[in-house]
Amino acid sequence: MNVNQSAPPVPPFGQPQPVYPGYHQSSYGGQPGSTAAPTPYGAYNGPVPGYQQTPPPGMSRAPPSSGAPPASTAQAPGGQAAYGQFGQGDVQNGPSSTVQMQRLPGSQPFGSAPLVPVVSQPAVLQPYGPPPTSAQVTAQLAGMHISGAVAPVPPTSGLGYGPPTSLASASGSFPNSGLYGSYPQGQAQGHPGAQPPQRSVLPQASSFTPSASGGPRMPSMTGPLLPGQSFGGPPVSQPNHISSPPPQALTPGTQMSGPPGPPPPMHSSQQPGYQLQQNGSFGPARGPQPNYGSPYPGTATFGSQPGPPQPLPPKRLDPDAIPSPIQVIEDDRNNRGSEPFITGVRGQVPPLVTTNFLVKDQGNASPRYIRCTSYNIPCTSDMAKQAQVPLAAVIKPLARLPPEEASPYVVDHGESGPLRCNRCKAYMCPFMQFIEGGRRFQCCFCSCINDVPPQYFQHLDHTGKRVDAYDRPELSLGSYEFLATVDYCKNNKFPSPPAFIFMIDVSYNAIRSGLVRLLCEELKSLLDFLPREGGAEESAVRVGFVTYNKVLHFYNVKSSLAQPQMMVVSDVGDMFVPLLDGFLVNVNESRTVITSLLDQIPEMFADTRETETVFAPVIQAGMEALKAAECAGKLFLFHTSLPIAEAPGKLKNRDDRKLINTDKEKTLFQPQTGAYQTLAKECVAQGCCVDLFLFPNQYVDVATLSVVPQLTGGSVYKYACFQVENDQERFLSDLRRDVQKVVGFDAVMRVRTSTGIRAVDFFGAFYMSNTTDVELAGLDGDKTVTVEFKHDDRLNEESGALLQCALLYTSCAGQRRLRIHNLALNCCTQLADLYRNCETDTLINYMAKFAYRGVLNSPVKTVRDTLITQCAQILACYRKNCASPSSAGQLILPECMKLLPVYLNCVLKSDVLQPGAEVTTDDRAYVRLLVTSMDVAETNVFFYPRLLPLTKSPIENTTEPSAVRASEERLSNGDIYLLENGLNLFLWVGASVQQGVVQSLFGVSSFSQITSGLSVLPVLDNLLSKKVRGLIDGLRAQRSRYMKLIVVKQEDKLEMLFKHFLVEDKSLSGGASYVDFLCHMHKEIRQLLS
Amino acid sequence: MATYLEFIQQNEERDGVRFSWNVWPSSRLEATRMVVPLACLLTPLKERPDLPPVQYEPVLCSRPTCKAILNPLCQVDYRARLWACNFCFQRNQFPPAYAGISEVNQPAELMPQFSTIEYVIQRGPQSPLIFLYVVDTCLEEDDLQALKESLQMSLSLLPPDSLVGLITFGRMVQVHELSCEGISKSYVFRGTKDLTAKQIQDMLGLTKPAVPVQPARPAQPHEQPFVSSRFLQPVHKIDMNLTDLLGELQRDPWPVPQGKRPLRSTGVAVSIAVGLLEGTFPNTGARIMLFMGGPPTQGPGMVVGDELKVPIRSWHDIEKDNARFMKKATKHYEMLANRAAANGHCIDIYACALDQTGLLEMKCCTNLTGGYMVMGDSFNTSLFKQTFQRIFSKDFNGHFRMAFGATLEVKTSRELKIAGAIGPCVSLNVKGPCVSENELGVGGTSQWKICGLDPTSTLGIYFEVVSQHNAPIPQGGRGAVQFVTHYQHSSTQRRIRVTTVARNWADAQSQLKHIEAAFDQEAAAVLMARLGVFRAESEEGPDVLRWLDRQLIRLCQKFGQYNKEDPTSFRLSDSFSLYPQFMFHLRRSPFLQVFNNSPDESSCYRHHFARQDLTQSLIMIQPILYSYSFHGPPEPVLLDSSSILPDRILLMDTFFQIVIYLGETIAQWQKAGYQDMPEYENFKHLLQAPLDDAQEILQARFPMPRYINTEHGGSQARFLLSKVNPSQTHNNLYAWGQETGAPILTDDVSLQVFMDHLKKLGCLQRLLRADVSSRRKKALSVLCSRWSIPA
Repeated sequence: MNVNQSAPPVPPFGQPQPVYPGYHQSSYGGQPGSTAAPTPYGAYNGPVPGYQQTPPPGMSRAPPSSGAPPASTAQAPGGQAAYGQFGQGDVQNGPSSTVQMQRLPGSQPFGSAPLVPVVSQPAVLQPYGPPPTSAQVTAQLAGMHISGAVAPVPPTSGLGYGPPTSLASASGSFPNSGLYGSYPQGQAQGHPGAQPPQRSVLPQASSFTPSASGGPRMPSMTGPLLPGQSFGGPPVSQPNHISSPPPQALTPGTQMSGPPGPPPPMHSSQQPGYQLQQNGSFGPARGPQPNYGSPYPGTATFGSQPGPPQPLPPKRLDPDAIPSPIQVIEDDRNNRGSEPFITGVRGQVPPLVTTNFLVKDQGNASPRYIRCTSYNIPCTSDMAKQAQVPLAAVIKPLARLPPEEASPYVVDHGESGPLRCNRCKAYMCPFMQFIEGGRRFQCCFCSCINDVPPQYFQHLDHTGKRVDAYDRPELSLGSYEFLATVDYCKNNKFPSPPAFIFMIDVSYNAIRSGLVRLLCEELKSLLDFLPREGGAEESAVRVGFVTYNKVLHFYNVKSSLAQPQMMVVSDVGDMFVPLLDGFLVNVNESRTVITSLLDQIPEMFADTRETETVFAPVIQAGMEALKAAECAGKLFLFHTSLPIAEAPGKLKNRDDRKLINTDKEKTLFQPQTGAYQTLAKECVAQGCCVDLFLFPNQYVDVATLSVVPQLTGGSVYKYACFQVENDQERFLSDLRRDVQKVVGFDAVMRVRTSTGIRAVDFFGAFYMSNTTDVELAGLDGDKTVTVEFKHDDRLNEESGALLQCALLYTSCAGQRRLRIHNLALNCCTQLADLYRNCETDTLINYMAKFAYRGVLNSPVKTVRDTLITQCAQILACYRKNCASPSSAGQLILPECMKLLPVYLNCVLKSDVLQPGAEVTTDDRAYVRLLVTSMDVAETNVFFYPRLLPLTKSPIENTTEPSAVRASEERLSNGDIYLLENGLNLFLWVGASVQQGVVQSLFGVSSFSQITSGLSVLPVLDNLLSKKVRGLIDGLRAQRSRYMKLIVVKQEDKLEMLFKHFLVEDKSLSGGASYVDFLCHMHKEIRQLLS
Repeated sequence: MATYLEFIQQNEERDGVRFSWNVWPSSRLEATRMVVPLACLLTPLKERPDLPPVQYEPVLCSRPTCKAILNPLCQVDYRARLWACNFCFQRNQFPPAYAGISEVNQPAELMPQFSTIEYVIQRGPQSPLIFLYVVDTCLEEDDLQALKESLQMSLSLLPPDSLVGLITFGRMVQVHELSCEGISKSYVFRGTKDLTAKQIQDMLGLTKPAVPVQPARPAQPHEQPFVSSRFLQPVHKIDMNLTDLLGELQRDPWPVPQGKRPLRSTGVAVSIAVGLLEGTFPNTGARIMLFMGGPPTQGPGMVVGDELKVPIRSWHDIEKDNARFMKKATKHYEMLANRAAANGHCIDIYACALDQTGLLEMKCCTNLTGGYMVMGDSFNTSLFKQTFQRIFSKDFNGHFRMAFGATLEVKTSRELKIAGAIGPCVSLNVKGPCVSENELGVGGTSQWKICGLDPTSTLGIYFEVVSQHNAPIPQGGRGAVQFVTHYQHSSTQRRIRVTTVARNWADAQSQLKHIEAAFDQEAAAVLMARLGVFRAESEEGPDVLRWLDRQLIRLCQKFGQYNKEDPTSFRLSDSFSLYPQFMFHLRRSPFLQVFNNSPDESSCYRHHFARQDLTQSLIMIQPILYSYSFHGPPEPVLLDSSSILPDRILLMDTFFQIVIYLGETIAQWQKAGYQDMPEYENFKHLLQAPLDDAQEILQARFPMPRYINTEHGGSQARFLLSKVNPSQTHNNLYAWGQETGAPILTDDVSLQVFMDHLKKLGCLQRLLRADVSSRRKKALSVLCSRWSIPA
């Protein structure tokens, strides 16, 4: 409830709704099937039944169509009085439909029309959810609103999407925001009874995003609903509907003219269809749907269309009615955040990434390590193909854990090394089956029967488990580590501790910007914080220093020297390491020499006029140095400009905006030369990971420069137009973090699966020399590898599907280890099971990575279309196979995927796939790169930023404020908002913020005195200031990269930048608004279904 | 003939010139019949304490093709203020500055005693001397330490305002930047990669950056010193820094696996040194001093692989064409030497190692540039230390005994042409009317570049008489040669030394006696030896020996006096009497014999032979042997095995070695400790005398000779035994039946045998002159084969 801005209205609505629902339900129920109605009531008490009743709903649907009209009309009258009516499917539907109908003639043409239907359906769904409790109802309402919102949308985007036909139908049901409202209500009604069950079941059933949300997340739903209702409310239920249409009419106006004629019929026909959809959607889920259906039938009232249009004018459809990410997140947080997630059960869907929860490892890897798109895998490839749901796992093998969770145990099996299956080489894990009294074990992956070595033998208990199962991590836990034996080491030699080499650009730009001085100063203290293992007193990591411009300068910092020695290598064409001894040193031993060096570097180059730099030779040098020292390691490169000096890897400026939206656009993402790939290959072979810090003032060709970091598992940081004053904090913070973080070197990752599926594709920052082994020169706790699986055989429902991710790496103390993560998934023969166990965030992570890789080879447009198509197919499949039959005009979303459209839209609108005018080629390449190794939490917030109102809740309230949806409509000019997406942090200040707030936050007396673009909030001693700064710090702490704050004033130039992140709105670069996109999606689905 | 001896000596002292013939045969035909070519040994910078340089510039003949310099041989018309060039007979006006000229007021260059005169050029920038140390770091700790100390010491010896630079090498090559404070910087190069001069200069940042901001004009003068100053700094500025830097030099840190040689990138190091100087100080006097402790083992110019099991090439390998790297390496160093020479830079090589270091391949670096080649066993020996120190010795004026970037120009009368020169020089390829088509040595030019010179550097210059047989003796009866040496004095002044000499023409048919009497057999021996050694560089040893023999026989035939068919009557006049003996020893010398010498040693010996003056050269050809005994004062004795007597102490000076040899009895006395007994103090003195004399030689000699103190039966006695004339060998010991002397175990022929055969052949030859028959050839070949010592 609180979630939505429209909190105030909520209560009333909420209240009425419940009431209405009841009423309506009865009425609806009556229409569709009296049985349904009664059930709902019962449903309150016993929601489940309601769901079960689904069939009846179906019944109801039919009736609604016929009966609807009357109902609607009837409702309308009564509906006015009570929004609740709207809420009630019947009334609202009726009115809405009528309204729509009316509009349809004119408005239907809008894309909105189809959208509307979609919405309405959701609304319907919501109802299912909501009915159970008042909260649910509200939620449903929200859903309804959404539909309403859709309606308004249509005008804008609707046209675009706006296939008239669909519109017509859609408009019929949806157009009326009221309708949406009504749907919810209707749902509410139906749900009341059903909802309770829905909660549990709904998620699955509530294919309807809205409904789903409503169902499961009743509270949140209610919030949104209320507003929606409120909208609808004022005019009267019907009026509401009407109101919504008007907007449509307005925008589409012109269109209106055309469509009007056809729409009416369409609507009528369609409406029923919608209802059907609703039903269908619910149907699959539960009984409630039918109820919705009934409400829709109400829509049948379309007949009343004429009326609605008129009243509608004032009102717009409410975006609140469509599935809200905020709501979903909030619900999950409330429902699942309190209890630890216990991994013992196979195929359990973990809480959302946005939820704080503890994990107890009881045999499966924590979701922090592995997250899957679905925890229930189709048994056959046919099913999988039909569903089109990608089967992927997002693996973060070295993920950092919260302090409450223990890091994986290290198991030492001595000289024999870890126990493995003889055939498939899988490592011992809890799923291995011991047989023959414990003398043998059967591999859970390949079914091979292996002998248990004598030293590992243990008796079995009466259940067939080893007696020592709980004493051995590898038999009881999902994640653990083995100490590797020498067989697992390169050249059969235990590795030496890794080394860090700092390679600093000292060309003119780097000196002038103050970077070199800053960096050298920082390094002096930072070197004390090199990663160390466990409780080691000092880090085993050795360090080396190189500076460079057109030539490279190596430094001998041997502890015995009084002064460092510089060795210049100018033969950049054929790089080599000029010294062996004294280049890589222990920090403590050589401290004075290092300090002296870092003191002198800025001085030495203070007068430099060298502007040209090299790049590939620098990496080459670092790699050669590591090779000479026979160790793995990491290069920290601080680079400023396009490497144009004559040397291998020399680049030219090829930035050409004219290529955008052409077939050649992909070249912007491809490296200019193959030299870097070759170099990267060598680096990987040496275990040389490259982290790149870029400080460009202009085009540097990130796409090419990042090749090596990308393939070696490194990170890229980019600070455009770096200036010490502005960017110091951000850079230093990133640097500290990057240097300190624990890294595994020279790693090889392999994902083994049980027979039937196979890892076929990998996304992330790594290199692969064959099709199965992921080679990572370096791997840190932030890096994620997304793995896609495909069927190559049938899976068994009983045994499920197993994943084992084995990572062989060298720890930062030089210890060779194997980290194993195991995960067991369910298998299903029913598509519904699949859709019930999906994880949309992970899905988006996969799809984004897939698409971002796609731009390398295909035109961006193709990539976008592919995404949309796939998404449509997924949803259409659900609709076709899992949702109960309903009108084609209805949009039914699986509960688990109800946010798929909104998130997908965000992906489609992202800078890579749809760049705005201000987005540089480098930025796009950079973002593409970042996303490639993001984990689910990062992609989630990256694509759908968090928008936090700062001044809504009382200052004393120390909890993090609830986010609001990323839309300009949600901003009130009297408030201050914080927006973050993991990379950027904006503080948006409304134009009419109270002076006191301005004073206490910015230390200036008025809004106009606030410096636009400010990046640091003054430290002021007052509650608000402390709270806000605390909040900002908190947010920064959550992210792997420091987010630079930008203060944006309303109506200021910078606001454009800010608005770019309001992802539910239409973007300047042509990205669709959420509502528009939903309409479009619906259209696509309909096309697929027809 | 005392007069001629005096004349010769006087001329040598005044002009540093010694001609093989001091009266010249007047026609080409006669000249060729003289066998020994008309040639001279020129010591361009012979020390002349009595000759103050004049502070003005020379007056040149105005004929563009001539440009001879006004000299005492010119005819001067004081009234008309005209002078006639004695080479081209062009009449020239005196320049305005000579307005006051008259018979009694002559400028120095017209006075006869100033046949050699030195001018100081005031024009042009004075560029400092440059010393670039190129130091091998793949040394044993002791060696490196000793070398470091020597180098540090040398800093105090360098002219204070000279520039100094440092390059070190091992597996990599490091060019040290000396200008920086705090951090010591160096540019590092891969030791395996052949870089062009341009690349080197680019990589060192020596190419002038295209600075768009600064207009070129004003920047120009500052640019030059600025750029170069990074690597080459005035000694007085950075001697502290450099001393520290040298002190901190470490052995090459790269591990050397068992059974391998350290990787030494000498070829690249030299290439970089040459490239560095080329880019910064072209045409300025500079000295690249390469210190190496082993052979180059990688990169261009590698001489041997790094596998210890594969030994470095020997003469045997070379003959078998089995020296894998030799040709390539030689080519590499030749290319470098030529580049250095073109820029007036000289390259010294100080190679100290027990095994060979590749001097054979690298010899051109020193030979073409006038650099020094020093070969020793270790940097930690006085041989190296003293030698190195002596490079920086000063003359009576306090100037360093070194000169740089010299060009030697030779002008001749019309009757003479220049056939070539042999010495530490390269041709400048200046053709002219006085250049002969026949080449002896480095020919085809009238000018040579000598990048490094010292007061003893001596060139052999060969001429050809071109006047026709019937032509009358030229007007004035004298032929003249003018040597003009432009060089950079160690005081950084540019100077020109002009030597003009003239000799009488004589008709060989009517005045053969005169010519014969004016023969300088010492000079002739050295000049012929140079020719022989020069040939030996490119030809097979036996061929050269045969050629030498033939020349000797022809000479004997020409000038010998004898009765027909009677070898015993064979006589040579005094002026020729020593010549066959020189030839005998020359044939046995390490310059022509490679037996018992490594290719490196041969290269080193030849190197020195081609640049030392006459006296030293003669010592090299025929070592000097002194005998010390109770029977009288020390006396020079025959270099013969018969001089090796038990009660003598011998002191032999071969230039490269000083050997003190205690006769058998003396050695026993010494072992018995008589020298420590007061009553035998005279014995102590006897023992001391040769030591003192040796010290005296050691003090003066450059390079320091190897000092060997041995005794009868000592292993080191071989140095003596291999030099002496084997008049007694195991073959004839009993035949001779003498008690004195020591038999030498050799198959070599003795001087006596040699002379006998020579006499026979001389007579025989005369008889057979008419028909050059197969008999003659046969006899000759028999002789030669007998003389030839198997390799």
